[in-house]
Amino acid sequence: MGSLLSWGKGRVSRWGEFAVEGFIRIAGGSAIFLVALIFFFLLREGTPAFWEVSFSNLVSTRWYPTFGFYGILPLLYGSLLVTTGAILLSVPLGLATAIYMREVAPSWVREILKPLIEVIAGIPSVVLGFLGMVAIAPLVRRWLDLPTGLTAFAGSIMLAYMALPTIVSIAEDAIDAVPKAYRDGALALGATHWQTIYRVVLPAARPGILTAVMLGLGRAIGETMAVMMVTGNAARIGREWAALFRPVRTMTATIAAEMGEVAQGSVHYHVLFAVGIVLFLVTFAINGVAATIALRGQPHRGGQLMR
Amino acid sequence: MSPHTGQRIVFGLLALAAAAVVLPLLLVVGYIVWQGLGAISWEFLSAMPRNGMREGGILPAMVGTVLLTFGTAIAAIPLAIGAAIYLAEYARDNWVTRFIRLCIINLAGIPSITYGLFGLGLFVLFLKLGTSLIAGSLTLGLMTLPVVISTAEEAILAVPQSFRVVSISLGGTKWQTIRHQVLPQALPGILTGIILGLERAAGETAPILFTVAAFYLPQIPRSPLDQTMALPYHLYVISTQVPGMPLTIQHGTAVVLLFFVLSMNLTATLVRSRARRRRPW
Amino acid sequence: MLPQVLEGPQPRFQVRNVTFRYDGREALSHVTLDIPVRGIFVLFGPAQAGKSTLLRLLNRLNDLVEGTEMEGQVLLDGEDIYAPGCDVIALRRRVGMVFALPVALPGTIRENLTYGPRLSGTHDPGELEQRIWESLERAALWDEVKDRLDEPAAELSGGQQQRLCLARVLAMRSEVILLDNPTSGLDPLSTAKVEESLRQLKRDHTIVMVPHSVQQAVRIADWAAFLLDGRLIETDVAQEVFSRPQDRRTSDYITGRFG
Repeated sequence: MGSLLSWGKGRVSRWGEFAVEGFIRIAGGSAIFLVALIFFFLLREGTPAFWEVSFSNLVSTRWYPTFGFYGILPLLYGSLLVTTGAILLSVPLGLATAIYMREVAPSWVREILKPLIEVIAGIPSVVLGFLGMVAIAPLVRRWLDLPTGLTAFAGSIMLAYMALPTIVSIAEDAIDAVPKAYRDGALALGATHWQTIYRVVLPAARPGILTAVMLGLGRAIGETMAVMMVTGNAARIGREWAALFRPVRTMTATIAAEMGEVAQGSVHYHVLFAVGIVLFLVTFAINGVAATIALRGQPHRGGQLMR
Repeated sequence: MSPHTGQRIVFGLLALAAAAVVLPLLLVVGYIVWQGLGAISWEFLSAMPRNGMREGGILPAMVGTVLLTFGTAIAAIPLAIGAAIYLAEYARDNWVTRFIRLCIINLAGIPSITYGLFGLGLFVLFLKLGTSLIAGSLTLGLMTLPVVISTAEEAILAVPQSFRVVSISLGGTKWQTIRHQVLPQALPGILTGIILGLERAAGETAPILFTVAAFYLPQIPRSPLDQTMALPYHLYVISTQVPGMPLTIQHGTAVVLLFFVLSMNLTATLVRSRARRRRPW
Repeated sequence: MLPQVLEGPQPRFQVRNVTFRYDGREALSHVTLDIPVRGIFVLFGPAQAGKSTLLRLLNRLNDLVEGTEMEGQVLLDGEDIYAPGCDVIALRRRVGMVFALPVALPGTIRENLTYGPRLSGTHDPGELEQRIWESLERAALWDEVKDRLDEPAAELSGGQQQRLCLARVLAMRSEVILLDNPTSGLDPLSTAKVEESLRQLKRDHTIVMVPHSVQQAVRIADWAAFLLDGRLIETDVAQEVFSRPQDRRTSDYITGRFG
C-alpha cells in the first residue's frame, strides 16, 4: 500500500469533482446575485421616470398616461384597498380553518380538507380571475344592487382566495409545531380544549401565524390576474366606504394592462417600471419582515455531517 | 354559559369557516366545469383557432404551455438543485448563508408581474432575445427557483446522516456521497418540488405577458426564438379582449387549463405518497 | 506496564500527545499510545471517556464535525495522517469502520458490498465477485446469504446486518478495522458470531475496538488501553491490564466500583 502522503491515482476525477463543487457553490450564491440583478434592472428602466416626470405629477391623484398625467397614488390606493379587503377576509377565515383542521376536525375531515386546500393553492390566478368575472362579480352586482360587479370588493374576494391557501398551510404548520407538552399542561390544569387553544397554543404559535399573515399579505399585494379581471380598472381614489364597491385599479393590473401598449423607452414605459419599483419595494419590505420572523430562532441545519 | 357550551359554539364557527373556504370554491369550479365540458371535443383539443379564436380549437395554446413548462424545467432545475445541495451539504452557519436564505425568501415573494417586467427588461430587450419561448422560459424559470430550492433542500436534509457517514468512512468523497447516496434517496422529494413548481409556472400569466405570449398565432412554434400562444394568456384574452366570444369556449379553455394544472398536482401528490411508503428509513 | 511507546516492529498507529477539543471542551487530553500491527486492541472505559473520539481520530472521521481542534500527531505506519498533504480518502480505504448501529445502505446485499470498491475505482465484475465472496466468508455470513445476494440488505436481521457492515469493510481490503461498540444492539448469538469473526480476522488485520462491556474486552482483547475523562490511564497486553492493573482507577472500573 502506497504512502498516504502521495497524490494517489484518481486525481483526475478530483478535478471533475472540483468542477461540480464549484458549480454547486456558484448555484448557492446565485440567489443573492439574482435578487440584486432584478432590482438593478428595475432601477435601470424605472429611474428615468423620476427625471422625465415632475415629482408633483407622480404623486398627483390622476392617472391618465395618454394625457401626460402619471399620478401613482390612485394605483397605490387601489392596491391597498383591495389588499386590505382581502386580508380582512382571508386572515380570520384562514386562521379559523387552520385551527379547525389542526385542533378540532376529526381526522377523516382533515384528510379531505388538506388536499382540497392544496388544490385551491394550485388554481392559476387567471382562472380565479375568470371565475370572479363570470360568477362572483354578477352575484355581487345583484346582491348589492350595484351598477357593476367589477369592483374592489369582488377583487378582494378573489384575492382572499389566492392568499388563503398560503395562510392556512403556514398557520397550520405553526400550530402543529407547538409542543404537545404545552397542551397537556393546560388540559391537566382543567382547561377546556378551546381555552387551551386560545390561551396556550395560539400565543405559542404567534410567530408562525404572523409569518403566515405577512406572506399572505405579500401574495395579495403582488397578485395580478385575479384582480385585473375583476376590479374594473378605473384608476380613481374614493374617500368613502362605498369606494370598496366601485371599480378601482391596482399597481399590478396597471403594469399588466398597459405595458403591452407602450413604446420602449417612452415616458409611459419608464413610469410603468417605476410603478414596478414601488411594488418591488413594498413586497420586499413585507417579505423581509416575514423572513425575519420566520428565520429567527431557526438554526441552520445543513452543511454539517455530524453533530 | 358554561365554558363547554361556549366551546361548542366556537368550534361550530370554526367548522363553518372551513366550509366557507372550501365550499364556494368547489361550487364555482363545478359551475365552470359543467359549463365548459360541452365545449371540449377532439376538435377543440387538436385544431387551430379560427375566426378570431371564436371557433376551432386551442391546440397552439396547449402546445405553447407544454413547451414553456419544459423550458422552465430546463432553466430552473439545474440551478435550483445546485443551490439546494449547497445549502444542505456545503453551507456553514454564518451570515452569508443567512443572507442567501433571505434572498431566496425574497425571490419567493416577488410578484409575478415583477418577474414579467424583469424578463422584459433583461431577456427580451437587453439580451435581445425578443418575445420568445426562451425569454419566457427563463423568466418563468427564475420565478420557479425559490420553490424548487426550498423543497429540494428539505428533501436532501431528510436523508438520514448515517448513510453519509458510512459512505465517507468507506473512502467516498463528499460529492460521491451526495451523488450515490443522498441524491437518489432525496429524489422523490425533489421531484415533488419540481412538479409543484412547474405546476405554478404552467398556470402563470403575468410573467409571460411581455416575454412570450402571442395574442393570435395559429401555429406551432418552430424554434425557441418564436413567440407562442399559451393557455393562461389565452384564457385571459378570450374572456376580456375578444367581443362575441362564445361563453362555452371560455369555460372550456378554463377547464383545460385547470385539468392540466391539477393533474400535475395529482402527480406530485402520488409521487410523494408512493415515496413515503417505499422509504428505506 | 509496557512503556506506552513500544520498541520492536513499527506499531500500526502511534498516537503522540494528542489533545482534542469539541467547541472548546476537551475530549482527549495529552494521549500518547501505540497500537501494534496485529491483534485486537481494545479501548475501554466509562462513558464520555473519549474512546469513540480516539477511535475516530484514526480514520479522521472527526473531520466531519465542525468546531473541533486537534493538537499532536497520529502516525499510521510512520506517516502523520494529520499532515497537510495527506490523502484522507486513501486513509479511509485503508482504515475501515463498523459503527454501533448497523447501517445497511439502500439496495441489495451485493450493492452494499460493492459500493466501497466501486467508489475507489474497482469496476471489474470478476474482481468484485471475488471480493463479495471473500468478505462474506470472513464475516461468517456467506452461508446465510449466498442465495440472497440480490435481495435488499434491509431484510436481514440486526445481527446479519452488522456482519454485513463488517463484510463491507472487508470488501475494501482495509488493513485496519475500527469497531465502535459493534455488538451493542445485538443478541448474544450474533455477538458471539461477530467476536468469533474478529478472532479469525486479527491474524491479518489490525483491529481496534471500543467494547460493549468489560466482559467483552476480557473475552477477546490482546491489548487494552483504559481511558478516563479523556486521559489514558494505562495500556498493556490485555492479560496484564485486566488481571494486574497498575492504576487504582483501572482496577476500580474493572471490578465495577464505578461505571
